Amino acid sequence: MKIAIASGKGGTGKTTVAVNLALSLEDVQLFDCDVEEPNCHLFFGFDLEKVENVNIAVPVVDKNKCDFCGKCSEFCQYNAIAVLPKKIMVFPALCHGCGGCTLVCPQGAISEENRCIGIIEKNKEDAGNLVFYRGLLNIGEPMASPVIHALQKHIDIKKTAIIDAPPGTACPVIASIGDMDYCILVTESTPFGFHDLKLAVDVVRNLRIPFGVIINRSDIGDKKVEQYCIEEGIPVLMKIANDRNIARLYSEGIPFVSKMPEWKEIFVQMFEMIRSVINEEVKV
Amino acid sequence: MKQLTVISGKGGTGKTTITAAFASLAENAVIADCDVDAADMHLILKPEILDTFEFTGLKVAEIDQSLCIKCGICRDACRFDSISSEIMIDPYECEGCGVCEYVCPEGAIRMVERKAGEAYSSTTRFGPMAHARLGIGEEASGKLVTLVRYNAKKLAERYGKEIIIIDGPPGTGCSVIASITGVDMVLVVTEPTLSGIHDLERVVEVAGYFKIPAVVCINKYDINEENSQRIESYCKDKGIEVVGKLPYDDIPTKAMMEEKTVTEYSDGEFSSGVKSLWENVKDGLSEHARKRVGDLPIVHNP
Repeated sequence: MKIAIASGKGGTGKTTVAVNLALSLEDVQLFDCDVEEPNCHLFFGFDLEKVENVNIAVPVVDKNKCDFCGKCSEFCQYNAIAVLPKKIMVFPALCHGCGGCTLVCPQGAISEENRCIGIIEKNKEDAGNLVFYRGLLNIGEPMASPVIHALQKHIDIKKTAIIDAPPGTACPVIASIGDMDYCILVTESTPFGFHDLKLAVDVVRNLRIPFGVIINRSDIGDKKVEQYCIEEGIPVLMKIANDRNIARLYSEGIPFVSKMPEWKEIFVQMFEMIRSVINEEVKV
Repeated sequence: MKQLTVISGKGGTGKTTITAAFASLAENAVIADCDVDAADMHLILKPEILDTFEFTGLKVAEIDQSLCIKCGICRDACRFDSISSEIMIDPYECEGCGVCEYVCPEGAIRMVERKAGEAYSSTTRFGPMAHARLGIGEEASGKLVTLVRYNAKKLAERYGKEIIIIDGPPGTGCSVIASITGVDMVLVVTEPTLSGIHDLERVVEVAGYFKIPAVVCINKYDINEENSQRIESYCKDKGIEVVGKLPYDDIPTKAMMEEKTVTEYSDGEFSSGVKSLWENVKDGLSEHARKRVGDLPIVHNP
């Protein structure tokens, strides 16, 4: 069972929900798919170790074979190869690794080499019932999606997997949540939170993923998010009030369920409800 | 023309609140909302759209099922796993490379344009604004950011504005890179949480990678003063100026509820903090823009 935590707007509490939910359950895997700015590990004491590099296959041109015909450059949708009358240039940072240039080259002058754009890491020491993986995009690299795809290959489908997604609605979000059984959207009831929630709802509806909403800092702003959820028939899974104590614990990297254990039961109940929704979906 | 981008690494630290306030304080600026996949600036600035530009991102593969013989050659060639075992294209996964079209022996696949969003040139009560809306799950957010920045430049030329203030997206990836390349300075808005610090450090590295000077503002500095001190000493080590510290306050939320910038809404501590932040940012921007000019060969010595 795969559950993603997403949001639209950043800073609404995705990581807080993902970490505290993971710590409330038994035998669970947690994947930090916000590979541009992963934060989950800050809430656990353990060290991380590298599992693998994430590579993209980029072209290498054999200058002895290339006759500067320009077919590769014409084919490339990402402007990653430029051909001049007597010169060919490759821009690896723009390459998506589709392999098209190697296919179209009539001289067989293009081969590929791996270029590392990020890494996958996991928890080094035993962390009890928790298995933790994260992806990390290298500094200066634009494409997060290949790292997210590589990270999700480590999901063990026999177990519960919790996925902390990046903010927004663009391709890294789709890469993170596209394959999920359920999506929890975390928002706050402010105009920005509400506006971005509606965008996120569009995404999950387009992907046909069952979803519910957590309203964080539920007592700031107004009641518009809750009204909207009622009108749209979207379940409100949980409300978390604006609590300076929770904010303080967050700032120190302490998961609040470890200091406020009464919340564990609330997370477990939410999880049970989500599980029954997923099981219903399977039957349908 | 000077360009400033407000970024943060971590989302929700207050980029848009601060950038919107800058819009109301700056006398000679164009505002560009480059957080194109979750744009919020328009909720405060209420732009009146002057021009709309259709944005076509990468192409997408389309299979003519009447010609397809389900041989699966396209599926084997696709590096993005965007063709299912039933030989259907997943438009969300398709990166528009065209390999499937090239390898299909039946000529059943063609690459088609897709509308991936819209960009707008607008006017607001504080001056011109460039913004956009990216379609759901679209790929080319960096390209749309580049279009928004192009429109902002055109607006600056048309209305004789000297500064472009860019509200950037969270993260460190493609849309962030597109938002900061070639600007004179970035303002990183952070918060004194472990996540805020971690993300600040990464995004400062990204700015350094592209050789863009950075200054830092600590928002909600009083929720954890120890962490705020950590940020200050980190910045000192890196030679980065902390140009402002703003308190934890409900003013940003209250102002947002009334669709106002914080400085329009109140004159309190938060707003005066934002005002002095803007003065410091303006000074830094002039200094870095001057340095940039200084790097160019001097043709005429006055």
